[in-house]
Amino acid sequence: MKTVNIKIDGVALTVPEGTTVLEAARMANVSIPTLCFLKDINQIGACRMCVVEIKGARALQAACVYPVSEGLEVITNSQKVRDARKVTLELILSNHDRQCLTCVRSENCELQKLSKQLNVKDIRFKALTDKEMQPIDNSSASIVRNNNKCVLCRRCVAVCQKVQTVSVIETIERGFRTRIGCAFDKPLAETSCVNCGQCIAVCPVGALTENTHIPQVWNAIADPDKYVVFQTAPAVRASIGEAFGLAIGERCTGKMVSAIRRLGVDKVFDTDTGADLTIMEEGTELLNRIKNGGKLPLITSCSPGWIKFCEHNYPDFLDNLSSCKSPHQMFGAVLKTYYAQKMGIDPAKMYVVSVMPCTAKKFEAQREEMKNSSGYVDVDAVLTTRELARMIEEAGIDFKALPDTDFDDPMGNATGAGVIFGATGGVMEAALRTVADVLTGESAPMEKIDYHAVRGIEGIKEAEVEVAGIKVRLAVASGLGNARKLLDSIRAGKAQYDFIEIMACPGGCVNGGGQIIQPSSVRSWTDLRTERAKILYDEDKALPLRKSHDNPMIKELYDEFYGNPGSEKAHHDLHTHYIARGKY
Amino acid sequence: MGVDCGNCSDEKSRKLLAVIEAEKDNPGSLIRILHEAQEIYGYLPIEVQKFVADNTGIPLAEIYGVVTFYAQFSLKPKGQNKINVCLGTACYVKGAEGILDRLKKELNMDVGDCTEDGKFSLDACRCVGACGLAPVIMINDDCYGRLVPDQVPGILAKY
Repeated sequence: MKTVNIKIDGVALTVPEGTTVLEAARMANVSIPTLCFLKDINQIGACRMCVVEIKGARALQAACVYPVSEGLEVITNSQKVRDARKVTLELILSNHDRQCLTCVRSENCELQKLSKQLNVKDIRFKALTDKEMQPIDNSSASIVRNNNKCVLCRRCVAVCQKVQTVSVIETIERGFRTRIGCAFDKPLAETSCVNCGQCIAVCPVGALTENTHIPQVWNAIADPDKYVVFQTAPAVRASIGEAFGLAIGERCTGKMVSAIRRLGVDKVFDTDTGADLTIMEEGTELLNRIKNGGKLPLITSCSPGWIKFCEHNYPDFLDNLSSCKSPHQMFGAVLKTYYAQKMGIDPAKMYVVSVMPCTAKKFEAQREEMKNSSGYVDVDAVLTTRELARMIEEAGIDFKALPDTDFDDPMGNATGAGVIFGATGGVMEAALRTVADVLTGESAPMEKIDYHAVRGIEGIKEAEVEVAGIKVRLAVASGLGNARKLLDSIRAGKAQYDFIEIMACPGGCVNGGGQIIQPSSVRSWTDLRTERAKILYDEDKALPLRKSHDNPMIKELYDEFYGNPGSEKAHHDLHTHYIARGKY
Repeated sequence: MGVDCGNCSDEKSRKLLAVIEAEKDNPGSLIRILHEAQEIYGYLPIEVQKFVADNTGIPLAEIYGVVTFYAQFSLKPKGQNKINVCLGTACYVKGAEGILDRLKKELNMDVGDCTEDGKFSLDACRCVGACGLAPVIMINDDCYGRLVPDQVPGILAKY
């Protein structure tokens, strides 16, 4: 690799050619403020927060897009630079709706942090008048856009277009009227938005948030007639600690369970049990399709962002989708039927709350198809990981000081297979563990159940495994841009598979749109996907049971209630169907 | 309008499709395609933008972003007679705003709109290069200068 010699604030260093000044400064331990920058996703030099002096250059230059060259001399903190950044920031703040006290992103806002860092003490330009305020778009079941807080960094647009290829938002008009929105200024709910929430995850400010269910959940907890059951998805435990100062990648399952219990809920269960059930149903579906010449490849259906993407963009693949509901919906259905009967609880009084790393689950939970099992909705409210953290904070619970406790019996004991559902490749691996045992009629030893070929953060993974003498061609895609590539290659006849796992978010649920938000200063330089996924694979490794069909609760459920996987009753309660939606 | 027809049997869509086929593999061709589309249809309603999106693979939101960025693209139909009111510096100080207000009142519409009968559309523009005649309006290719608001009804009556 060719290198060049440069100087940053007088410090000489050698860096690879083509490095940006911003990255080079990092290597010299010099921190340059940024706002629109998001490594590899949005490097457009739009916000001018990262301007620096470059010797010989006519004007200040944006460090995030300026490539180094031999002999380059950079000054990052002269009076001129500080003044320029400050005036720019003042202008950004001039039409920012500065409701910091009540903003959901207070203390986790990149703009607020910059304002402090640049020592802005006075905003000389006027704030928004009521007349200039833009309407808030809360049409979507999942995502709320408040453009009055938008700083036009375009990170949401970049992630929606480049990473997810959903492309429903763009910069509209120009000059002072510039805003981010959908084509023809349609409300988000009327577009082909898939509700993945990656836009929220990258928003530096409070312009994008989830459509919150916190008030109704508090009301349900406070209602003595309601039996409130929480279930938590595997990926939630991989991120929630970050909200309370735990390191990224630090496991805190036990503290999370304790915290939820202290909110005053009746039961805390693990969605992983639902995941184990999903594997039984989906594994059976796969076996049936392979044995009976059914439609292949079978494509997983756990990710509601992916499902809506498929409904809009690949309606020709709807028959390939597994008919299985996603794990939390299955689990909600089980709670309101089997569990309610067993415990003598009126399902009308049961209030199921799913805590998810996901915003698309909010949309999924209110789909008409999700009301057929008990006659009531399977899931009453969906909280993101962030919303749960907010409730814990509101309840005055000292998260870090909590003891570890276990999920409640009997629905809280899941297997390692259920845990790894939260990472890309996890659903596939969990399914293979069960399918292999069913086909061979034997129990594979523990050292033979790790399918490393489907692990890791690559966007598209392919593998061929032999299960009981049958060759199964696998593909795993995470991030909808990768899903699009994979499906296009199948459509074009360039690739053939038997079983495909698709998750909407890059890296899977651990990097979901509902997870704790990490600022660009962290996201750009830390691989959240790997760090968080490690928690799940460690937990899998530590569990005594690591195959879904070994879960005694699952066995009991089939013995007492559903009969067999794929039975008529199971189909009625645990499966769903999909709708072709228009492209726009 | 017929642009949403699947088989593109009408002449306008066929014409636009030919433009798209010729241009779509050239980088940065969207603006050229939109120019041609506006030539063909007179403006760029949602159906036309969807047609461009469907046949180029460019997301609809991106197309809308480009259309709203550039002033020369219009989301609304233009009238048989296109009125342009110069709001350049010279015209402005000589009272162009009064002319514009009178036009709005006489035609009962706002800048950017088109009358219901399709006869007139009203736009504001920057300098038309006739500062000596300020304030100036253009109707199609006709120029009217040194105007006072009371002349407006008489001028409109000619069309």
